[in-house]
Amino acid sequence: MRLPLLLLAAIAIASFAGPPLAAALGIDPHAVDLLERLIGPNAVHPLGTDELGRDVLFRLLEGGRVSLSIGIAAAVAAAALGTVIGLVAGYVGGWTDRVLMRATDALIALPLLPLLIVLAALDLSKLGLPAQLVKSDEISLLRILALTLLVGWTTAARLVRGATLVTRSRDFVRAARSLGASVPHILWLHILPNVLGPLIVATTLSVGDVILLESVLSFLGLGIQPPLASWGSMLSNAQELIASAPMLAVYPGMMIFLTVIACNLFGDALQRRWDPRAN
Amino acid sequence: MIRFAAIRLVEIAAMLVLMSFVIYALIGLMPGDPIDLMRSSDPRMSAADVARLKLAYGLDRPLFERYLAWIRDAVGGELGYSRLFAAPVVAALWPRLVNSLLLMGSSFVIAFALALVLGILAARRPNSGLDAAINLFCFAGVSVPTFWLALVLILIFAAGFGWLPASGVTSAGSSDVGDRLRHLILPVATLSLASAGGYTRYVRAAMREALAQDHIRTARAKGASEARVVFRHALRSALVPVTTVLALSFGGLVSGALITETMFAYPGMGKLIFDAVMGNDYNLALAALLLATATAMLANLAADLAYGWLDPRIAYR
Repeated sequence: MRLPLLLLAAIAIASFAGPPLAAALGIDPHAVDLLERLIGPNAVHPLGTDELGRDVLFRLLEGGRVSLSIGIAAAVAAAALGTVIGLVAGYVGGWTDRVLMRATDALIALPLLPLLIVLAALDLSKLGLPAQLVKSDEISLLRILALTLLVGWTTAARLVRGATLVTRSRDFVRAARSLGASVPHILWLHILPNVLGPLIVATTLSVGDVILLESVLSFLGLGIQPPLASWGSMLSNAQELIASAPMLAVYPGMMIFLTVIACNLFGDALQRRWDPRAN
Repeated sequence: MIRFAAIRLVEIAAMLVLMSFVIYALIGLMPGDPIDLMRSSDPRMSAADVARLKLAYGLDRPLFERYLAWIRDAVGGELGYSRLFAAPVVAALWPRLVNSLLLMGSSFVIAFALALVLGILAARRPNSGLDAAINLFCFAGVSVPTFWLALVLILIFAAGFGWLPASGVTSAGSSDVGDRLRHLILPVATLSLASAGGYTRYVRAAMREALAQDHIRTARAKGASEARVVFRHALRSALVPVTTVLALSFGGLVSGALITETMFAYPGMGKLIFDAVMGNDYNLALAALLLATATAMLANLAADLAYGWLDPRIAYR
């Protein structure tokens, strides 16, 4: 459990502290230097430079900041949405429950990647979104967040619904109800704490999934767009130079791999610790 | 069980109709339309030509009306014409579907064979060094970005040693089986390595549960050999959940290799869907996406049916 956590912490600290540090030292990761293109590792550029003469190490840290932010933000948002849906389905029951759970089943049964590609390629201005937003630099980031939210809530919804069904007829919940506790109070204070452990495990595991999904979409040219860069979009750019500068593609992929495996190992370790039945 | 399957089939059909409308509407929201594309490639086209073409293709009518016309034709078996391939949709789909099935099918077999061996080995000695190593392999498999794994394999075996071809289905002008197989090696290796990890975890968990049951102890006590205990007694009950996972993963048969196919320029269904979506080839994208959706939902049904068939304790409602 310690090793993956340390690895994750190291990647996160480097990614979030690296760019400000570079700025303080007067290094600009976006600075283009066409005289210093594709040079190998040296004292100034520990991992060399890319096709525009930018420092590869700082670009990697920048990409990590974007990839990690998306991974964590989208995983937490999707878990929150799933929690709300699960609480409603489990507590209200009846038709609401049936409809919500059928929707969950249907979503799980769909081939998600091809459908996400359609959604990622949509022309947002045709959807009636304001042009200012569609043209902004951050739109690719928001788009990825929205897509992940759309498909990522199912695991949390199922978990929370199951726990709600089990807990809602327990004596302490009935006691709270007979004392006049409001529904939000019961859900928040009596039911949610009972499912927090598995929910945290599921969210940790889904951070890795989101980072993978973002990298796939960015790799296909449908995710993060310039001027932003993520590990996936860096790899996509580097693919054209695969013959002359293979390491440009190897580094970002390695970072994705290390981050995702660390998330998965950490989630697994949490699960073993909190759920004795898991092993 | 027949009733259960029938209800589910009706549900799947309804879901497909719903999905066809959603996909139809979404594709209309993609940047540009086919007429715009024609116009940008032919500067002599006038605004009047554009209006006439839109009329001829029915693009001036409301969305729902267009959709109804499409689905009437589709139900009658008329899926339209693919713009990208300049061929009827079915003719464009068929060879790619065969390519994908070949690629996914062989990867499935290899990944599952690998998962059975590794899963059983790990389950027999839980918490041993071997178990830990296999566990790490599993996590590496579920965590590796497929496109990166493909890239690394290409760098090593195609660009580095030059042993294997990095793209396509056959070398130019060649039609022998050996050449075809050599082109399959790297994509199949990518897919099997990436998917074996997840399967191994299922096999290991199912085998551990099976080996912990009372009848295994009884079998050992009566003196059955270790091989007989593992393969005859434990594996049989472990195969119930494993078969379900197997059936579920058939859902990816059609579109599951999208990334791998793109990386290796392998003309399969995944790459076709991507190209059709990006190239505004409405008819082709719709048909291919619906085929992928139908396969995935049928695989889901197959998994449910297999589970009840293999384990009589499961009741259908």
